[in-house]
Amino acid sequence: MWSNLPLFPPAASKMAHQVDHLYFFLVGTTAFFTILIVCLLGFFAWRYRRKKNPVATQIEGSMALELTWTLIPTVIAMFIFVWGASIYFAETRPPRNAMEVYAVGKQWMWKFQHQQGQREINVLHVPVDRDVRMIMTSQDVIHSFFVPAFRIKADVLPGRYTSTWFHATVPGRYHLFCSQYCGTQHSGMIGEVVVMEPAAYEQWAASGSDGSLASEGEKAFMQYGCSMCHRADYQGRGPNLVGLFGKPVLLDDGRTVIADESYLRESIIYPGAKIASGFKNIMPNFQGQISEEELISLVAYIKGLGTGQSNPPATMAEPTAVYPVGPQPEKSQATSSGK
Amino acid sequence: MQASQTAAHELRHHFADMDQQRETASFGMWIFLVTELMFFGGLFLAYLVYRFLYPTAFLEGSRHMNINLGALNTAVLICSSLTMVLAVRCAKTNQRKLTVIFLLVTMLLGLAFMGVKAIEYHEHWVAREVPGPAFQFEGTDPRHTQIFFSLYFAMTGLHALHMIIGCGMVLFLMMNAWRGLYNSEYYNPIEIGGLYWHFVDIVWIWLFPLLYLISHQHV
Amino acid sequence: MATAVQPVEPTNYLNADYGIKSWLLTTDHKRIAMLYLISITFFFWIGGLFAMLVRLELLTPAGDLMQADTYNKVFTMHGVTMVFFFLIPSVPAVLGNFLVPLMIGAKDLAFPRINLLSWYIYVAAGCLWLYTIVNGGVDTGWTFYTPLSTAFSNTHVITGALSVFIAGFSSIFTGLNFIVTIHRMRAPGMTWQRLPLFLWANYAAAVIMVLGTPVLAVTLLLVALERAFNIGVFNPQLGGDPLLFQHLFWFYSHPAVYIMILPGMGVISEIVACFSRKRIFGYNLVALASIAIAVLGFLVWAHHMFVAGISLYAALVFSLLSFFVAIPSAIKVFNWTATMYKGSIRFDTPMLYALGFIGLFTIGGLTGLFLACLGVDVHVHDTYFIIAHFHYIMVGGMVMAYMGGLHFWWPKISGKLYPEAWAKLSAMFVFFGFNLTFFPQFVLGYMGMPRRYQSYPPEFQVLNVLSTAGASILAVGYVLPMIYFLWSLRYGQNAGPNPWNAAGLEWKTASPPPTFNFDVTPVVNWEAYNYDELDKPQEVPLAS
Repeated sequence: MWSNLPLFPPAASKMAHQVDHLYFFLVGTTAFFTILIVCLLGFFAWRYRRKKNPVATQIEGSMALELTWTLIPTVIAMFIFVWGASIYFAETRPPRNAMEVYAVGKQWMWKFQHQQGQREINVLHVPVDRDVRMIMTSQDVIHSFFVPAFRIKADVLPGRYTSTWFHATVPGRYHLFCSQYCGTQHSGMIGEVVVMEPAAYEQWAASGSDGSLASEGEKAFMQYGCSMCHRADYQGRGPNLVGLFGKPVLLDDGRTVIADESYLRESIIYPGAKIASGFKNIMPNFQGQISEEELISLVAYIKGLGTGQSNPPATMAEPTAVYPVGPQPEKSQATSSGK
Repeated sequence: MQASQTAAHELRHHFADMDQQRETASFGMWIFLVTELMFFGGLFLAYLVYRFLYPTAFLEGSRHMNINLGALNTAVLICSSLTMVLAVRCAKTNQRKLTVIFLLVTMLLGLAFMGVKAIEYHEHWVAREVPGPAFQFEGTDPRHTQIFFSLYFAMTGLHALHMIIGCGMVLFLMMNAWRGLYNSEYYNPIEIGGLYWHFVDIVWIWLFPLLYLISHQHV
Repeated sequence: MATAVQPVEPTNYLNADYGIKSWLLTTDHKRIAMLYLISITFFFWIGGLFAMLVRLELLTPAGDLMQADTYNKVFTMHGVTMVFFFLIPSVPAVLGNFLVPLMIGAKDLAFPRINLLSWYIYVAAGCLWLYTIVNGGVDTGWTFYTPLSTAFSNTHVITGALSVFIAGFSSIFTGLNFIVTIHRMRAPGMTWQRLPLFLWANYAAAVIMVLGTPVLAVTLLLVALERAFNIGVFNPQLGGDPLLFQHLFWFYSHPAVYIMILPGMGVISEIVACFSRKRIFGYNLVALASIAIAVLGFLVWAHHMFVAGISLYAALVFSLLSFFVAIPSAIKVFNWTATMYKGSIRFDTPMLYALGFIGLFTIGGLTGLFLACLGVDVHVHDTYFIIAHFHYIMVGGMVMAYMGGLHFWWPKISGKLYPEAWAKLSAMFVFFGFNLTFFPQFVLGYMGMPRRYQSYPPEFQVLNVLSTAGASILAVGYVLPMIYFLWSLRYGQNAGPNPWNAAGLEWKTASPPPTFNFDVTPVVNWEAYNYDELDKPQEVPLAS
């Protein structure tokens, strides 16, 4: 019977064991103080019950005791804080050269896009013993990417990218849950993370893709006319994007921001929010015209510019009349129903 | 409408004496104003966050505020606080008629404020600056300028609601003053009413620069 | 001719005046407390009904009892009803309203008419909430996260949010009344350091009510405006930031949990002192701890957002502060325990509830450390671990304190004694049922079962079944007191002024008290919890 009643999640990532150690320490501390208090209460209740102790002894207090039971818990609390913070540091700082997987959460499914181009829905294949960084956004409401076996969780927000990372250590199939309530089928927004041996993963990765994510992005870059203004060969109407990713950008209002994934995404669909210094606000905004998946491919492409992973923007002749070159009039973006 | 007979005010049963009753009422009003501070505080926080993130959008939105009407309203409110304080003083010094007059002027100034605000709101509506489906704005960052206007309407709207309640309160005080209820022995209701009125005035003194004066230029 | 002298029933607040108008237009704080008692008990049952539906659905892994949308509405309505219409008013509006003037020797609260107004505001909010429920409810979760609540939900979010908005004002006025009363209406000689700890606790809770609730009010107002006019303050598609909603929401809702627990802690102080016949150990520090909890409670809100997308540095600060806020609660637990040392202890029902509180609150509070701890919170956030944690504190803590307080002061409120044997039995049902319901949920949560899930993987079923079984036992523990409290009104033994021989001004007046509380304003020249004097041989404690 007990084999069918698991009481503990599998530990399938590098961080999982660290989290579990801290967890056990916390359980131990909780158990210790609970038992201590319960035993004291029980003992006092028995020893000083009215029949045995008809007259109470009035005791005002004791500064020594108060300091003791203030300082000791404080010290323990600080110890736990530091330990927990160090795990959190590690959890929020993905290692360099982690393999990147993009995810789009939408009501009520998960869509994954691998660098090599595979797309998956609700199932995520990853190799064992590799650092994997998830870069995620939502198409609608807030979701949350939760893999209990890896002890990781990160909310997935509309309008920006959030990320988390893991290093799977044990091959197998593990639950993936959405853990931020997101509407009707919240409990149906579940899936699996399939951790594969390296060989099996290579085999899987080689099949079923039409080209890498970055090359898809390159196609989209051409299709939407980006290369007309964002040139690598000479200074165009828009900033040169080669080598841009990860660098600070000076904006026209004097602020400096880092060109991360969220910046790239915002600049595509709402360029007016942050205008690079020295450039005019003439980029068309593509909100509503590019899906989150295509945005991801564009971001992947731009990230690769200058690193050798993406081809530089192809030179293009002057545009035909098809693509807009001026700012679009602001359309009001009414969303769904409800009152 | 009785003659100016000063009426002795009754001591409520749960108070030991009039002093306690008066101090309790004042203290109660101060605590209430603290809650109001927190109430507006949430909106001010939202404003601060968005202004920090999108300064240009806010600048552009602020240019479309009618600074003349805003300044006029500021002057109107400051004057109304003056008349309110004078009303308190006149009650303290047993000048019933003047008390009523000052309270009346205070209320009228409050109503004038509301009138000017209504004109401004109408101007914004015509200029399609009211957030919602009809919003249309030419600027670098219209989405965040819409947020500026949302906060503008929420903050000034909430302020206006407090002004309406304030005018009602001043009317009530005025009617009581006319009946001769307030004198040098008993003028606390006007005093704590004045506290509320001054608070609403101070909120406007914060709103005006934050909403109207971000930019030097206005359209 | 001689006539037999009939014993005249003394005039008290219950029989001073009859008729529905005398109740609905009363300004007597004790009657208002009773009005609240009836209304919050009503909402407790509504919230409890929704809880039973949740637990019934979770008996099986599949979502087979009701449609997904219905389930989402059920847990939302459970949360909103329990938090805003039961827990937040419970001790302050019922016990606080009744006892605050009595404990300080006053004839009423500072603003009796505002007190009545606050009840009417509560009722109006409750009616709007009932209207919302009857018309199909809300399905956003009690936390109303955007943009789900503002742009995607198809339910009655606006009326739901507005009903909570209105209820907030009831809370604000109660808090305002308490603060002013405790400052200004104390009887001669009743210094701050002679106040019963119940008053310190309610004072601290009142400060939170007054400072925090307005922020929730304005946040819900923005949600309603956003939904009605699509203005985009919280909607990223329109340039807004959903995290701003979370910050504003939790800025109130975290201190709100201290609004809920502090008055309960105050009740425990009174009960432990009385049934140990001793002054609370470390009175000054327990009083200070209440204030510290109120202050620190405002500084920790973003520990609800560690995985929401806040910066690393913000997370560090809020984690650190969240550890600090645990310390004053720990101090209280140690002080209550130390009070029993060399006490003279009786195990009447209030004391059983108090002992249960201390044990369960310890567990609940310590599991809070798991959540303050960044590394572990990432894993357990938004799982059943969180649900178990807050139910340990809210139900194992707060509701038990409320029940303990009701039993302790029932003789004072009604003039009758409740049946002790039945009361002890109910306490056992509550304790056992509660632990069976919620302890498995810690395990479920660490295993990864997310909250607000209608269906779940089959390996989670056994623990869910245990939890549901516990819930049915717990329900019995709550039904029984309803029955015997009502029974006692008619058939209970008459309580005298002080059946527990307890300290405190409230016990120096009749049970039930007269409308104006004291025939003569007391002059206080003794310290709080003067049990040594009360227990001197010449006092004859009445047997209960």
